[in-house]
Amino acid sequence: MAKTLAQKIIARAAGRAEVPPGEIVTAKVDLAMIHDSGGPRRVEPILRDLGAGLFDPAKVVLVSDHFVPGDTEEGARILALTRAWANERQVAFHDGEGICHVVLPERGHLTPGMLVVGGDSHSTTGGAFGTYMFGIGATEMAGVLATGEIWLSVPETILIEWHGRLGAAVTAKDIMLFLCGKLGMDGGQYQAIEYGGDAIAALSMQERMTLANMAAELGGQAGLIAPDDTTAAYLGKEGAQTGAWEDLRTDPDAPLLAHHVFDAAALEPQAAAPHSPANAAPISACEDVAIDVAYLGACTGAKYEDLKGAASLLTGRRVAQGVELLVAPASRRDQERAAREGIMATLENAGARLLPNACGICAGYGDHRLGEEVTCVSSTARNFKGRMGAASSEVWLASPLTVAASAIAGRLADPRAFLPPGRSAA
Amino acid sequence: MSGRVFLLGDDIDTDQLAPGKYMRGGVEMLAAHCLEAVRPDFAESARPGDLVVAGRNFGMGSSREQAVEALKHLGIAAVVARSFAGIFFRNAINLGLPVVKASDTSAVRDGALAELQLAQGQLILRETGERVALEPLPGHLMALLGDGGLIPHLKKRFAKEQGQCA
Ligand code: SF4
Repeated sequence: MAKTLAQKIIARAAGRAEVPPGEIVTAKVDLAMIHDSGGPRRVEPILRDLGAGLFDPAKVVLVSDHFVPGDTEEGARILALTRAWANERQVAFHDGEGICHVVLPERGHLTPGMLVVGGDSHSTTGGAFGTYMFGIGATEMAGVLATGEIWLSVPETILIEWHGRLGAAVTAKDIMLFLCGKLGMDGGQYQAIEYGGDAIAALSMQERMTLANMAAELGGQAGLIAPDDTTAAYLGKEGAQTGAWEDLRTDPDAPLLAHHVFDAAALEPQAAAPHSPANAAPISACEDVAIDVAYLGACTGAKYEDLKGAASLLTGRRVAQGVELLVAPASRRDQERAAREGIMATLENAGARLLPNACGICAGYGDHRLGEEVTCVSSTARNFKGRMGAASSEVWLASPLTVAASAIAGRLADPRAFLPPGRSAA
Repeated sequence: MSGRVFLLGDDIDTDQLAPGKYMRGGVEMLAAHCLEAVRPDFAESARPGDLVVAGRNFGMGSSREQAVEALKHLGIAAVVARSFAGIFFRNAINLGLPVVKASDTSAVRDGALAELQLAQGQLILRETGERVALEPLPGHLMALLGDGGLIPHLKKRFAKEQGQCA
């Protein structure tokens, strides 16, 4: 019978030949990822209570990112606890190396066809690599760590295809904001979202990660992209063993819950008004909004390519008077690469202030939070009221390019107006 | 179980259920501010056994379990909604909070006295005698809820496995 990519992965992990949508199955997880916020401090007491050890320490990865750099007393305490746990439980630990969803693939932990759970809602990011990865809460994570198993309802698949070529300064982030506006935050119905079409195939792995990441905003359980040569090339470079991935795709006649087809060339840069990603509209409809802060951060919006894109607009320019541009590169490795290529210098020369390689203001846990009545344009994934600071602060979501353009203009701005010469017709 | 109904709208998110700014204060503080953005009287007037009836996509947003814990802390016995955000749904089952879908809740009024009959798949409105049909939960999830959530369920399982070894 024709199967979806999601069904193929889940069937293998559940040890079943067929897994009909809607059926509750128990699957073995290939990897479990936890971070400092939902990880040790919350799972350890439960493991103690159960009297259980880790099902397999080699299949557990811990990342510190939410409370890094530990600039509050509470944050410092949580980081200390996290470090002690990593040591005691002998798991792979990436400490202060960046945001979990970026660090995981960067360090070769994910390969196509794996079934992975993460203690974070944006764990969908792993789907960019053809990994069925989804987010779970701490109690459930404790259960997984103790047993190596998870229950899940076999999802249906919502196929979202983009055809044609994205215009200059139009990015994966714009695709996702557009989809949030179009389909709404429950459009995914906790099913598997799969992205396809030649516009998606043309995207780099980091752009694909943005699509998979924000499947969470669409309410999908997972956000998948079938592996291809781009995937294999990326993973090969990170030293991951990809195995056979050619069959890891949705069969042409597999039943779908929904099938959407969009024209990439028609997409404009988007921005989502406070306080929901679903409030997305073309940037041309929101240009009279003055901003105080431009935030280039988060797993969704501060990877190497995001920094590079922002820098391409900021070269030889400065941020507008009174606007603060904050940059929190998503991983140390991405920052180092950007530094080698002069990208960090460009950002700093433009007036950017650098924050640690961590969740920063996106998580809203540290010292840096948005103040009362601050208007911010942000490359992050969600702008719920009060998430990034004061309840009176207003956050507009946009692509890293639009964040950079807005920082220069002092108000929400169309990045196409700031493209370096020669790229406007790209 | 029976109690009063708090009737809420669509898209109740986890930041409303467990506001991020009170995250450091533990479940008690989170519960005290639960839903204050949409229903300022909620924490104060909720009594053990009360029910939440909501619209679509209840619990959307982050994976934080505190969203479930805050409701449990206030004694909310179950949430009935048109639909749930997936992670919230999982968390609720795993923490032993019954979450049940109902396609038509139009008969339910705010403050109504209602009795949840989970096994029968219905919500009885006491004052009018009306029945609201609920979508049945699969047996596996009923078993988890029956044990009080994932951890008690696993404890039982581990105890059994140890028992077999002995
Ligand atoms: S950067 Fe933001 S969205 Fe990404 S994991 Fe951290 S808190 Fe979550």
